[in-house]
Amino acid sequence: MEDYNFAYLDEQTKRMIRRAILKGVAVPGYQVPFASREMPMPYGWGTGGVQVTAACLVPEDVLKVIDQGADDTTNAVSIRKFFSRTAGVAVTEATTDATVIQTRHRIPETPLQEGQILVYQVPIPEPLRFLEPRETETRKMHELEEYGLMHVKLYEDIARHGQIATSYAYPVKVEGRYVMDPSPIPKFDNPKLSGSAALQLFGAGREQRIYAVPPYTQVVSLDFDDHPFVASKADHDCDLCGAGASYLDEVIIDDAGGRMFVCSDTDFCAGRRAAGHVGRLGEAA
Amino acid sequence: MDGSFDLPLLAVRGGSKSYGGRIGCADVSFDLYPGEVLGIVGESGSGKSTLLSCLAGHLAPDTGEIIFQTAQGPRDTRTMSEPERRRLARTDWAFVHQNPRDGLRMGVSAGGNVGERLMAVGARHYGDIRAKAIDWLGRVEIDADRIDDRPSAFSGGMQQRLQIARNLVTGPRLVFMDEPTGGLDVSVQARLLDLLRGLVREMGLSAIIVTHDLAVVRLLADRLMVMKSGHVVEQGLTDQVLDDPQHGYTQLLVSSVLQV
Repeated sequence: MEDYNFAYLDEQTKRMIRRAILKGVAVPGYQVPFASREMPMPYGWGTGGVQVTAACLVPEDVLKVIDQGADDTTNAVSIRKFFSRTAGVAVTEATTDATVIQTRHRIPETPLQEGQILVYQVPIPEPLRFLEPRETETRKMHELEEYGLMHVKLYEDIARHGQIATSYAYPVKVEGRYVMDPSPIPKFDNPKLSGSAALQLFGAGREQRIYAVPPYTQVVSLDFDDHPFVASKADHDCDLCGAGASYLDEVIIDDAGGRMFVCSDTDFCAGRRAAGHVGRLGEAA
Repeated sequence: MDGSFDLPLLAVRGGSKSYGGRIGCADVSFDLYPGEVLGIVGESGSGKSTLLSCLAGHLAPDTGEIIFQTAQGPRDTRTMSEPERRRLARTDWAFVHQNPRDGLRMGVSAGGNVGERLMAVGARHYGDIRAKAIDWLGRVEIDADRIDDRPSAFSGGMQQRLQIARNLVTGPRLVFMDEPTGGLDVSVQARLLDLLRGLVREMGLSAIIVTHDLAVVRLLADRLMVMKSGHVVEQGLTDQVLDDPQHGYTQLLVSSVLQV
C-alpha cells in the first residue's frame, strides 16, 4: 500500500519506540514509558503490541499473530491482515517459519528459536497495580526493590483458597531484579519465559509502557517456600491430537454437559494431527 | 550492645519545619532513651503532628538534626539515603496512625495485614508468616478465627488493635503514635491503653505518642512535652508537668480537663 508508510507508523514514531525497546532490553523487566500513538483499533485489542511489532518489522520478516494460542480468531486475523496490508510482509501460521510473532495471552508450545521476536499485548503492565493504586508509590517500590507487597497478594490467595489461585498474569522476577507482569498468559507458560532463545517484548498501548526480556534471561515465578510455584493445566490430554503436555482450552459441545479439551495452540495441534497423532474425539488426518 | 543503654535512642536538636511563612514546629530539641515513652500534647494546630511526621521521615524538616541510634551506630535520618530510611521505617520503626484506614490495607485480610511487614523484610514461608500473624492477633486480643476477615469487617477498636499488631510484628524499637485512641469511645480507649501499656512494657519499646488527651499521656508516658504554636513551652516528667504545670498554657490545658 502506497498510502501508508511501511508498517503504518511514521519513521520518527518507530524510532521513538525502538529507543524504548532498546532501553527495555538493556534493563530487563523495567517498564519504559513511551509516547503511545492512537492506533486504528480499540484499546484492549493490542494497540501496544501492534506498535512494538510495527517498530520491529522489516520487509523480509514473516509475521505470525496468535490470540489465546489460536491463529484464526478475530484479533489474530485482523492484526495479521493489518500488517500484510500496511507492511506487505509475508504472514504464516507456523511458529517455526515466523520471525516475528505477536501474541495475546499465550506463548507457543513449539520452543522458540534464536532470531525470533515474541511480542506480547499487555493490558496492565504494573504488577503491583491492584495492591498499590498510587503510580508514584509503585515506581518507588520498583526503584527500591520493595516487593514484599507482591507476596501479600499470594498470601491472600493461599489464605482464601488454600493454594496460590492466581492462574494467569502470575508475577515473575526478572534476572533477580524487577518484578514484572508477564501479561495475562496462563501460569503454565511462565517457565517458558525463562531462558528463552527468542527476544520477548511487551507493549502496553493504553498504559504507554514497553518492557522486555532479552534472550536467555532468568525469569522466576514468585512463590512461598512451603507453597512452591506450580505450572498448572487442565488434567486431560488434547481430544484432537492427544498431546498430554500442551495447554488446553475447555470447549462445551452440547447442552448435556458434554465437553472436550483441545490444545489452545492451534498450529501445534494441527502439526501433531498432520503427523498422525489422534486424540479421543479426533479423526485421523 | 554494651553501653548502648546510656545513649539516647533518638536525639533531636533544633528541629524546625515551616510551611512557607507559617511555622509548623520550631527549634524542638529532646532526647528519647531506650524503653522510654514520650508524650507530646498540645491543642490542634500546635505542630504536634508536623513534628511527628518529621521524626518519622514522612516530612523533611527544614533544619536541625534527628539522630537515631541504628544497629550500626548513631545516624542522622535527614542525611540518610531514602532506601535506608524506608528500611528503617519497616524494621526499627513503627507508625500507628490515628485513623486505622491510613495504616491498614482495607482490601487485604487481617493475616495479610500483619504479614506484610514480615514479607517486606524477606519472610517467604507461608506457614511461619501465618503462625506469627495468629500469635500477634492473640496478643492484641483479636480472635484467631478472624484472621481471614478483612479489616472493613472489624469494629473501630479492633481495627486500631490490628494496626498495632501489624506495626509491632517485626519487633521495632521505636513506635510513633499519632492520636492512637482518637475516634474511639472511652471503654474501648481504656482497653486499648491497657493493651498498649502492656506491650510497651513487655517489649521494652520506646514510643512517641502525640495526643490531645491528657489522660492518655498520664497513663502511658514517662515524659511529657507541651507544644503551643509550634514551640515546646514545657517539658518534664509526666506527673510533674501535669500536677505542677509551670507555663501559663500548660496550666490552662490541665485546668480545662473535665473532672467527672
